[in-house]
Amino acid sequence: MAEYKGVLVCGEAVEGKLAAISLELLGGGRKLASELGEELAAVLIGSEIKGLAQETIAHGADKVYVVDDSLLKDYQSDSYLAAMEKVINQVMPKILILGQTSMGRDLAPRLAFRLKTGLAMDCIELSIEPQTKLLLQTRPVYGGNARAIFQTSGQPQIATVRPKAMSALEPDSSRQGEVVAIEAGIDASIMRTKVVDKVKEEVAGVKLEDAEVVVCGGRGIGGPEGFQDLEELAKCLKGAIGATRPPCDNGWVPSGLQVGLTGKIVTPELYIAVALSGSSQHMAGCSGAKNIIAINKDPEANIFKEARLGMVGDWKQALPAFTDKVKELLAG
Amino acid sequence: MPVNMIVCVKQVPDPEAPPASFKIDPAGNKVIPPANTPPVVSPFDEQAAEAALRIKDKHGGKIVSLSLGNKLLRDVIKKPLSMGADELILLEDEAFEEGDSWSTAYALAMAIKKIATFDLVFCGRQAADWDAGQVGSGIAEFLGIPSVTVAKNVELLDGKVRVERVVADGYEVVEAPLPCLITVSNELGTPRYATLKGIMAAAKKQPTVWKPQDIGVDPSQIGGQGRNTKLLRLFQPVREAKCEIIEGDTPAEAAVNLALKLREFKVL
Repeated sequence: MAEYKGVLVCGEAVEGKLAAISLELLGGGRKLASELGEELAAVLIGSEIKGLAQETIAHGADKVYVVDDSLLKDYQSDSYLAAMEKVINQVMPKILILGQTSMGRDLAPRLAFRLKTGLAMDCIELSIEPQTKLLLQTRPVYGGNARAIFQTSGQPQIATVRPKAMSALEPDSSRQGEVVAIEAGIDASIMRTKVVDKVKEEVAGVKLEDAEVVVCGGRGIGGPEGFQDLEELAKCLKGAIGATRPPCDNGWVPSGLQVGLTGKIVTPELYIAVALSGSSQHMAGCSGAKNIIAINKDPEANIFKEARLGMVGDWKQALPAFTDKVKELLAG
Repeated sequence: MPVNMIVCVKQVPDPEAPPASFKIDPAGNKVIPPANTPPVVSPFDEQAAEAALRIKDKHGGKIVSLSLGNKLLRDVIKKPLSMGADELILLEDEAFEEGDSWSTAYALAMAIKKIATFDLVFCGRQAADWDAGQVGSGIAEFLGIPSVTVAKNVELLDGKVRVERVVADGYEVVEAPLPCLITVSNELGTPRYATLKGIMAAAKKQPTVWKPQDIGVDPSQIGGQGRNTKLLRLFQPVREAKCEIIEGDTPAEAAVNLALKLREFKVL
C-alpha cells in the first residue's frame, strides 16, 4: 500500500486572487512540512485558476495540483467533495489543511466522513508531535472558554484553520515548483444542491476583517440607531464597525458584522468594545486585537478582564464625548 | 404537503453561564459542570427546532426531536416538545457516552434510518460545548443525502428546500431536493418560547428510548470506542490583560480621559 506523505493545503480564490487565508495556510503548512521533512503541496479547485499556481509556489508550495473545470466555477458541496476525494486518493497527503471559511466549514466535515478519517475544525494552532510525527490540533472549545488539543486517527489527518491564526510567508517569485493538472472528471448530475442566488450585504467603508480599528457594539447599544454613533467614531478612526451576536440576530446590523466564534475573526491594532459584556464566544473573535478598550456601565462585565483600558459608564453619555475628543486629538 | 422532519438536539452545559464559573479538571481533561447552572439544549439546536417549527406552521407535518447521551435530564431535553415538536426519541445508554463527531453522527444516522420517513433533518451548526461543527455534515454523509450548512432561513418551495446560507459577505440562496440535511445558524433568529400549553403537553409525553441494539449499530463504532479523534489536553487559556480603569466625574469626562490615555499610549 502506498504511503501517505506530505502536507496538502486546499487553496481558495477570491475574485481571481488567492485568498488571504490560503496564503496563511501555505505559511503554516510550510512549517509543518519542514518539521516532517516532507513536501508542501497545494490544491486549487475552480474554473480558470491555473494562473494562481505560480503565486501559490511563491508563497511556499513545492507542488500545486490544479483541478480546473467549468463545473467547479463556484463552490458547491457535491462537486468540490468529489474533486477533493479524487485529489486525496491520488496525492495521499499525511495532512490536509483547509481554511475555516464558508467553503472549508462545509467541505471539510463531509470530506472527512467520506474518507473515514478524523478532522478538527477551527484550529488556532497546528504542530507536529516530535516522537510520533502526528499532527497536534489546538482549537477553542466550550465557546472559547477552553482550548483542546486533539489528535485524529485515520489518513489524511484533516484540519480547518481559523483566519489569521497562521502567518503567510513573504512571497519569493524565484521559488520553483511543479504544477500538476488533475482532471475533475465530474458530471453535473452529481450536483444535488444548486446556488440560485448570491446576496451581498457588504457594508460601505473599511472591511471588518482588514480594519486596523474596530468599534464593536453589543446588546447594550439597544437598537440600530446606536450603531450610527459607533459608525461615526469608526469613520474618524478610519475603522470598521462590528457587533456581537444579539445585535446581528435582532437585525440591528447585517449578520456579516458579527465578531466572534461563529462570526468574523478580527485582529486590529485597536478594538473599542462598547456596551458588550465580553462573552467567551465573542472574545474568540477579537482576542487577537492588540489593544482592547472597553466602555461598559457594568464594572463586573467580563470585558474588563480582557481589556487593557476601560471606563465604567453609560455609553450614550460617554461615546459622544469620546468621539469629539478623538477627533480633536487626530486633528491636532 | 405535510413534512416529516427530524431535529437533532444536544444537551450541553449552559453556555450563557458566567465565564468565571467555567472550570476544568485538568487531570481528567474534563469540564466540571457549574454547581448552580443546570444544563440546557444547545442554542443552535434550539434554532434548528425553530426552523422546523416554522415549516410546520406553514405546511403542517411532524417533528421528531432526536437526542443522544446518557442520563439526559427530561426537563431539559423535552424543550423541543414544549416548543411544539411532536415526538421525542432518545438514544440513551452508557455506550453512547464519551463520543466524538464521528461516533455521534454514526449513531444518529442509524437512528434516522430506523425512523425511515423524513424529508428534512435539522441540526445546529455546532454544539455549544465542543464546537466541533461536524455532526450535521457527518449524518448527511452516512445517509447519503445532500446537506446545506449554516442556514439563516429555510423554506419549502415546489417540493424542494430553499435555504439562505450565511457566507462571509452576505448569503447564498441554495436549493436542494428532499430529503436534505440542514445545519442552522444563530442568524435564523430567536427561537419561540415554550408556551404553558406546550410545557403541559410535553410533560405528558414520554420519550421513546432506543438502546444501541435497537438501532443496529456496530458497538465498536459508538461512544468513546468509536472515536476517531483523541483529546490529549483540555485547558483554559491564560488571560494576561490587566485593565486600567479610567476615572472621571461623569461618563463624558471619563471618556475624554480615556481618549487622552489612548494618545498617551500612542494607540491614537
